[in-house]
Amino acid sequence: MNVTIVDYQSGNISSVINSFTEVAKGKVNLEVTSDINKIKSCDKIVLPGQGSFKSCVDSLHKISGLVDTLRDFAITNKKPLLGICVGLQMFADVGYEEAETKGLGWIAGKVSRIDNQNGKFKLPHIGWNEIEIQKESKIFKDIKNKSHMYFVHSYEFIPDDKSVISATTDYSSKIVCSVEKDNLFGTQFHPEKSDKIGLKVIDNFLKL
Amino acid sequence: MLKNRIIPCLDVKDGRVVKGINFVKLKDAGDPVEQAKIYSDGGADEICFLDITASNENRETIIDIVRKTAKECFVPLTVGGGVRTIQNITDLLLAGADKVSINTAAVKNVDFVKEASKKFGSQCIVVAIDAKKVLGNKWEVFTHGGRNKTGIDAVDFAKKVEENGAGEILLTSMDKDGTKSGYDVDLLKTITNSTNIPVIASGGVGTLDHLYDGIVKGGASAVLAASIFHYGEFKIKDAKEYLNSKNVSVRL
Repeated sequence: MNVTIVDYQSGNISSVINSFTEVAKGKVNLEVTSDINKIKSCDKIVLPGQGSFKSCVDSLHKISGLVDTLRDFAITNKKPLLGICVGLQMFADVGYEEAETKGLGWIAGKVSRIDNQNGKFKLPHIGWNEIEIQKESKIFKDIKNKSHMYFVHSYEFIPDDKSVISATTDYSSKIVCSVEKDNLFGTQFHPEKSDKIGLKVIDNFLKL
Repeated sequence: MLKNRIIPCLDVKDGRVVKGINFVKLKDAGDPVEQAKIYSDGGADEICFLDITASNENRETIIDIVRKTAKECFVPLTVGGGVRTIQNITDLLLAGADKVSINTAAVKNVDFVKEASKKFGSQCIVVAIDAKKVLGNKWEVFTHGGRNKTGIDAVDFAKKVEENGAGEILLTSMDKDGTKSGYDVDLLKTITNSTNIPVIASGGVGTLDHLYDGIVKGGASAVLAASIFHYGEFKIKDAKEYLNSKNVSVRL
């Protein structure tokens, strides 16, 4: 199996590479690239994302043909894709970080700043928080409810259709922290930084 | 519910872990990659490296340590010491750091914090503030590993770095660092009350109770400690179990 981590020159993806490399060892052929042809022909995609919603979307668009290739892969051909952090957020129609920015529009919804109740909750939401599993998800196989995952973000994805939500986490309100819609998977938390339990999420995705 | 983080800090000089008393006397405490792995396996919520050599010719050493550690530790890794340019940050992040901590360069030019957080995202920009009590409830910012006075008020500076995009503040009391007499709780309380970003408490931990004070009395989101973990007095697990027994929520 060939898995591609999309390197679109936005943010730091070293940790994603390190963790996937650790889990993939000897089982999966891992490639880190922005080469459209390689992306087209692989079996699974990992779409990381760090920095602002706007900067990530802008970076995707800078690589000619990338957005269309990803859409064909995930939406037309329905092959498995995992978005991490802003990688997940970009599934939305629109994001409001820095400036109103159009997302990929794969899962209807928006990305807004977490309501921190006038400063009662510090932002960014940084650290380990428990996930509350809302529905069975393939990437949560053998993962217990209330497992701890590592978060770093100030914005949250709010999907229109709540049935895509696979887990939430409690920080000022119930924040969406993972989604599953058909072949699309996304985590707001960082599985690559979430210790052994995070590596298990990665393993589940690679085993799909 | 968000958990309070316990962060062991490894002060690294010329490729070895050291821990000083009041920033000066240094004592060897081992290999940084090995230690980081022990901490990560032991349940550390993050690992922090502080490169106290930080001269330009030695930057490769810390980058190499980060590279090796990042391949074995799958919890967040913060690296500080001598971070002065966008290139320094790029190098550390490419080597596998998740966050960088900026100290002197932030004091010299707060626009650097702004530029860095714009380029890499606030989530990876930590500003380290070394503060020393001047009089009453006033603290002054020091730089260069605590050697230089700046005349800048620590509270004003904390607010300023927040406005400029810092994602976290790593707050070290220089009066307390290395003394094992506990955090400067008044300093912590003052800074956590004046800012809306997470504050990591640092400097002075000698007992597990000090960790409790940092979180509960000081309002810190995370507690950083070095020597109590390095010399085997306590394991990360001991610290977490202790805090948990006192109803402080931690990742167990």
